[in-house]
Amino acid sequence: MKAYLMYKDRDFDAQRPLPLMGQDLLDDLELGGMLEVMSAGDDLVLDIARAALLGAVQSDCDTIIYRQHILNDALQHPQFIRDLYALAISAQEIRKKGYWGLSLRHPSGILHGAVEFIGNIIPLLHQIRTLASKAGVSFQSEGLRRLFVTLEEELSDDYIAQVQQHLKTLKFRHGFVMSAQIGNGNKGRHHVIRTPKPDTRQWIWRVLDQRHPPQRYTLAPRDEAGARALSELGDRGISLVADALAQASEHIMNFFTMLRTELAFYIGCINLHERLATDGLPVCMPVPRVAEERDLSFTGLADLGLILALGGHVIPNDLVANDRELIIITGANQGGKSSFLRSVGIAQLMMQSGMFVTATRFRANLCKGLYTHYKREEDAGMESGKFDEELKRMSQIIDLISSDALVLFNESFAATNEREGSEIARQIVNALLSRRIKILFVSHQFEFSNGLFQLGLPAALFLRAQRQADGSRTFKIIEGEPLQTSYGLDLYRRIFDEEPQPDTAHAS
Amino acid sequence: MPYYSVLFREPSAADAAWAYPAAEPENFVDLNLDQAIRHAIAPREQYDLAPFFHTPLQTPDDIAYRHEVFRDMETPSLVHDLERFAEAMRRMRTHAEQTAKLRHPLQKQRWFAETAEIYCKACLELLRALMSATLRSRALVGFRDCLDQYLASPRFVSLYGTAQEVLRSLDAITYNMHIDGLTFTVTNFCDEADYSEIIASTFEKFRQGEVKTHGAEFRDYLDMNHIETKVLEFVAELNPAVFERLAEFNVQFEDFQDKAVTRFDREIQFYLAYRDLITRFKAIEREFCYPDISTEKTVRCVNGFDLALGWALLMNDERVVCNDVSLENGERVVVVTGPNQGGKTTFARMFGQLHYLALLGCPVPASSATLYLCDRIFTHFERQEDISNLSGKLQDDLVRIRRILDEATPSSIVIMNEIFTSTTLADAMFLSQHVLERAMALDLIGVWVTFIDEIASEHPRVVSMISTVDPHQPTRRTFKVVRGPAEGMAHALSLAAKYGLTYDRIRERIAS
Repeated sequence: MKAYLMYKDRDFDAQRPLPLMGQDLLDDLELGGMLEVMSAGDDLVLDIARAALLGAVQSDCDTIIYRQHILNDALQHPQFIRDLYALAISAQEIRKKGYWGLSLRHPSGILHGAVEFIGNIIPLLHQIRTLASKAGVSFQSEGLRRLFVTLEEELSDDYIAQVQQHLKTLKFRHGFVMSAQIGNGNKGRHHVIRTPKPDTRQWIWRVLDQRHPPQRYTLAPRDEAGARALSELGDRGISLVADALAQASEHIMNFFTMLRTELAFYIGCINLHERLATDGLPVCMPVPRVAEERDLSFTGLADLGLILALGGHVIPNDLVANDRELIIITGANQGGKSSFLRSVGIAQLMMQSGMFVTATRFRANLCKGLYTHYKREEDAGMESGKFDEELKRMSQIIDLISSDALVLFNESFAATNEREGSEIARQIVNALLSRRIKILFVSHQFEFSNGLFQLGLPAALFLRAQRQADGSRTFKIIEGEPLQTSYGLDLYRRIFDEEPQPDTAHAS
Repeated sequence: MPYYSVLFREPSAADAAWAYPAAEPENFVDLNLDQAIRHAIAPREQYDLAPFFHTPLQTPDDIAYRHEVFRDMETPSLVHDLERFAEAMRRMRTHAEQTAKLRHPLQKQRWFAETAEIYCKACLELLRALMSATLRSRALVGFRDCLDQYLASPRFVSLYGTAQEVLRSLDAITYNMHIDGLTFTVTNFCDEADYSEIIASTFEKFRQGEVKTHGAEFRDYLDMNHIETKVLEFVAELNPAVFERLAEFNVQFEDFQDKAVTRFDREIQFYLAYRDLITRFKAIEREFCYPDISTEKTVRCVNGFDLALGWALLMNDERVVCNDVSLENGERVVVVTGPNQGGKTTFARMFGQLHYLALLGCPVPASSATLYLCDRIFTHFERQEDISNLSGKLQDDLVRIRRILDEATPSSIVIMNEIFTSTTLADAMFLSQHVLERAMALDLIGVWVTFIDEIASEHPRVVSMISTVDPHQPTRRTFKVVRGPAEGMAHALSLAAKYGLTYDRIRERIAS
């Protein structure tokens, strides 16, 4: 009995450690705001949404489509999903009521607790079983349909009656019989609880069987050590039965835990979706393509981080980058380059986790691993130390990365002079490309970007932050070759000449 | 000569080593041999192997006797079988110790029979292993034949047969126990159905997947409590004949262990312990070889390394750097100079270790080696703790060197490390020259690590070697010590290269 709402054939592993560069992803893509909206104050939703997003640096098309279908159902019936989530949570209350408080070392204790727990949890299972039919909801997705079919099949009324009969027997009102053998050191071994046979012989023969008379012993009333020893001995016989019941309890509990965990992801999606809907922002289900292909094509992609930070309208971008392996973004400072890079990174992660994205159309190949290498402004200190730190981080990425990964570089290797920085960046980019790694690189190192441009690589695409003739920015990223200057002069003028600027709300 | 010991050709030498355990040789600490050996013997503490490692051999044939065994043990399956034998014997001893601590006779008797069975099986397994192995060494062939005779003897055959029969009939007993409150009843078993299976199948559907088993851990005390004792007594009353046979076995076979077997059990550990070291180093491509033992003063060693340092690095997943060394055509002393921390001392230790390990009859850490059969290895290493009194230290140095030169014979090896550092350069040069002359007069061979470059070109029989640095990265030591005068060039550090971020390095690091 499994929930299987995240994967077709396995549980979602919420305990899995974040990918090694996961903290960098959280920071560089500024995922915090998005996770906050998704969680709406529910810590479990926060944890699961984060795990699902960061875990999605490795994903596959089948899983994505599987989740997209469930998500569509969830967005259709948000209240039902929330009710189901609440039932899954109430299982935790039953768990707290006893079973887990007892000593887990003694099989008799385990057995007693498990008998009680199963007795209490069966009604809740029954309630979930009937929830879907009562609410009259019919699902389209394979995941949700299968969940309710499984519950119908596994928990028939006959089966529930049979379970309850055994729970009664297992209270052992007249003791129990177990068999054992002589083993090492002449100690007992293989203790097995037995169903007593009705004795078919006449009682008189039993009494006359003097060769093998039963050997009976009753403990003295104050023999506490003896009582403990006898109960321990009995525990050996009960152990297997206790284990079966305890495992069953555990399994049922796991079912509820997984149901709650996996629903939490969809709860988060519902929350985010509702928030975006109130702002009237378009979302769509992205189209994933396999990792071996190269694609990045979208219309109306807006940076979710910026949407949530500014609470309003953000300039969206369009792109067609089919069969492109290297995308270099150059151009004006504060022209929207970083925001563009971030919007691609976030959309890629959202797509890979099975979520909708903030665009009207979005299609991209999957990546096997997403890495960010951003310039770290906050790292004060000697230039060489900073450069050293950048290279160290790059080296850590190289340790982890493999073909078909995606790396987002933002102003990397600029902490040294341009000639050296460009040369190092060039070697790194070429080496990564030769290992089929996809790259988006925001840079204003002209020697680097122009050097690549001059090579005329067919798989390379050069984008530029748009700048009007009058020097103002549109925050649009358009195709265009690198230019000698990154318009730092503009910035200088704006700050020092204090001319009025259009829409100062846009940060890079 | 009939077989006696796997370590010593002469029975008298074996008896002496067993009766009077040798103390640690003086050079052990200087050469870090104490550390190197400790790694081999520490996991086998109960065998007290140190004395064997403190006893160098005297003749090439003594050394060959052990080389033969090491060569036989190059077969991993034989080593595996020998370890299994050792493990069984340890289990047997532990079992015997525990038997002595038990109180109830019915339990004690059973334990004794089990101990005997473990012993018998260990011996039989060992013989089978030795029979199936290809043995060429005098020692192992001799022991195998000796063991073969013992296992065919009536005493052993009857010991094993009876033990097995008694234990088998005990294990065949099954009984029932009914527990109800404070009363329990023991009866013979009547084939009732297993209720846990019925429950298991009912709850099967809830048990798939990765639920942990609660499999309550029962603490299995060796001793029995009075309830278990009572149950056992009841079972004995239900099965009297079987328990009588058990009691008889105990009387009949009181002292069953054989001396040749127990001696082998300890001595073979010498080889196993040392082989462990070899295996660990083999995994990181650091070879050991059987040295040719020369009685002329020729030394030739390729890819030698310091065993103690090698081990310390191995523990950090690093590889020790190997070095070559040779003394040929009348060369006698290697003088090592060069940058500090460049591996000079390590090189000197390596030279000493190689020769000492060769005297133990062990393979040595090198890919090939010709080593001199010396009578003793003298070491003189700087003693940090004496630094409080400088003139006292110099005096102490000279006293120790004087003693070494007095005791050394033309067959000795001397290793000096950074002596005379506490005096003036002029003094140090003067003293060094004189000590060197005396050593040459004795025709000693050895290694001398010094900061005085002049010593290196002092004498035609002196070989000059230097520790080196990476020409591309002068701050990086290579730990290579090579023949030649010192040289070194400063090159700018390439940061990218340091982090392995050049085009070629990245391509290497990312598997395609």
